[in-house]
Amino acid sequence: MFNRDRWEELFETIAKNKLRTVLTGISVASGIFILVLLLGVGQGLQNGIENQFQDDAKNRLIVYTGRTTKGYKGMNPGREIELRNKDFDFASRRYEDNIEYKSPKYRIWSSQVNYENETGNYRVEGVYGDNQFLESATMVSGRFVNTRDQKKYEKNAAIGYKVKTELFKDKEAVGKFIKVANLNFKVVGVFSDPGGDREESRVFIPLSTAQRVFNGGDTISSMTFTLPQAASFDKALKTSDYITANLEKQIKERYTVAPDDNSAVTVRNTLESAQKIYSLLNMVNIFFWIVGIMTIFAGIVGVGNIMLIIVKERTKEIGIRKALGAKPWSIVGMILHESIFVTFMAGFFGLFLGLLLLEFVAPLIDTDFISNPSVNFNIALTTVFILVLAGAIAGFFPAWKAARIKPITALRNE
Amino acid sequence: MIDIKELHKSYKTGKSSLHVLKGINLNVKEGDLVSIMGSSGSGKSTLLNILGMLDEADEGSYTLDGVPIKNLNEKKAANYRNKFLGFVFQSFNLISYKTAQDNVSMPLYYQGMKRKERQERSMSYLEKVGLADWADHRPNMLSGGQKQRVAIARALASQPKVLLADEPTGALDTTTSYEVMDLIQQINEEGKTILVVTHEQDIANMTKRIVNLKDGVIIDDSRIEQVKALENV
Repeated sequence: MFNRDRWEELFETIAKNKLRTVLTGISVASGIFILVLLLGVGQGLQNGIENQFQDDAKNRLIVYTGRTTKGYKGMNPGREIELRNKDFDFASRRYEDNIEYKSPKYRIWSSQVNYENETGNYRVEGVYGDNQFLESATMVSGRFVNTRDQKKYEKNAAIGYKVKTELFKDKEAVGKFIKVANLNFKVVGVFSDPGGDREESRVFIPLSTAQRVFNGGDTISSMTFTLPQAASFDKALKTSDYITANLEKQIKERYTVAPDDNSAVTVRNTLESAQKIYSLLNMVNIFFWIVGIMTIFAGIVGVGNIMLIIVKERTKEIGIRKALGAKPWSIVGMILHESIFVTFMAGFFGLFLGLLLLEFVAPLIDTDFISNPSVNFNIALTTVFILVLAGAIAGFFPAWKAARIKPITALRNE
Repeated sequence: MIDIKELHKSYKTGKSSLHVLKGINLNVKEGDLVSIMGSSGSGKSTLLNILGMLDEADEGSYTLDGVPIKNLNEKKAANYRNKFLGFVFQSFNLISYKTAQDNVSMPLYYQGMKRKERQERSMSYLEKVGLADWADHRPNMLSGGQKQRVAIARALASQPKVLLADEPTGALDTTTSYEVMDLIQQINEEGKTILVVTHEQDIANMTKRIVNLKDGVIIDDSRIEQVKALENV
């Protein structure tokens, strides 16, 4: 390979066939160029989508229950499954290290709420203080219900902005008393929710108070957890999938529910939709790779083809060389060297051009779904490796053919 | 130097087989200059190809400088060709994109000789054939006679035991032919064993021994009074 004569010879033959070499080179270079571009765009799509979901990396798990639909271990279907405080305690303890915010919820779908002469029907939910963050609610005034309220069974309430406007109009609500199910609650805060009116027509009270007031005992309607933001989207997905699967299994075991009975115990994972897009993205990436590799393959076939023609053209020369004492492997080496060199140079050129384009065009593209299209170094290395391999494959068969030429037939070839 | 016994060779062309050499016996001593004559189809080129290990005999034995030449694989044949033989062809067979000197260097390259040594050696052989000034020329810038002299220099460069020339003057005019034959005679005088295939009587007369081939057998093998090429130029 590092033989000076071999290189000189290589450049002599290339110089003799400039057009042919250039055309061959273009087919390889365009293959690599397209591959790099596709991979760059794929990476851009991935970055874009990750950014989209990073904002919402409130990686939320909600556990709720219903009726069993399947008999299991002697239990009849149609059984109502109800979560209890101890289930929430279990889950919080079990996944303590993975949980950021957590809150159980005892929900009354509709309850009458009065303030002086104004009346309305609202959803009343008994929750923990963390619920503010679980809902991404922000306080317009006052505070949310908190742990102290929970412990002391305080009759405090945080009301939605819509509840406030309907019951209080322009008046200040914090510090006033409202009647929920005919009991007096003190308004401690008014919140606003990105979910809009529907989410803002709710009244939050401490869970303990709700269970006592509405005769809930120790039952809860659902429980919600968020996982802390992970280093990468991939990691977030992994953790949330892991917890979702395990938690579902554990809750089902606690209530003797068939493992595949999803209407009895459901663990919903907000990252699931992201995950779907993510797997779609993977498919797109795989598709890009396939298209790119195919393009390179077409280039390689082109190189192989050209090398065959070269061998055909040089049959006589090869005959002469063999008559002068060239061994078969030196002929193979000669042809292989040329094909590897041509694919390598052309490939690098294509790679370079592709990277250049990504470098300069990338900053100009800025839609929500494509950001910073780029190709990482390892992938660039991989393509270079593919190239060398490709050159070797493209050259080998013609070279082998050349080495088998009988000098006598070659010399007769005029 | 060369000893062949009962050499047979046939070519298969479709269903029929063409028996080209039908038991050739030939012994060539070191330093001899032998011409092989015959009309086309007599088998002279086939004989030369077998001698040159470019082709293989079906039957019979071939010994070159005491080495039995048989069961050759490609690598071994390449090695022997490089070590034992120098070829001169009718159509010169120079490599068109290489300079005269590079052409002469080629067998040395395949011997694995160092670059510098190779250049010195090839230059000295170009001088020998009187073409030192044309060392940087490509074959297409040389005349026929010059090309053949480059080819002879190339054949000699590897310092072979035997020089095989297949119609070396076939593509040249008379004057040039005689110049080339003069060169061949000089080389022979230095002690090199040379075989020349030709169908021209005047060329054959410039060798020391004429072997006449007809239909695959030797019909005549006799020593002759050598005509000096130089006297006829």
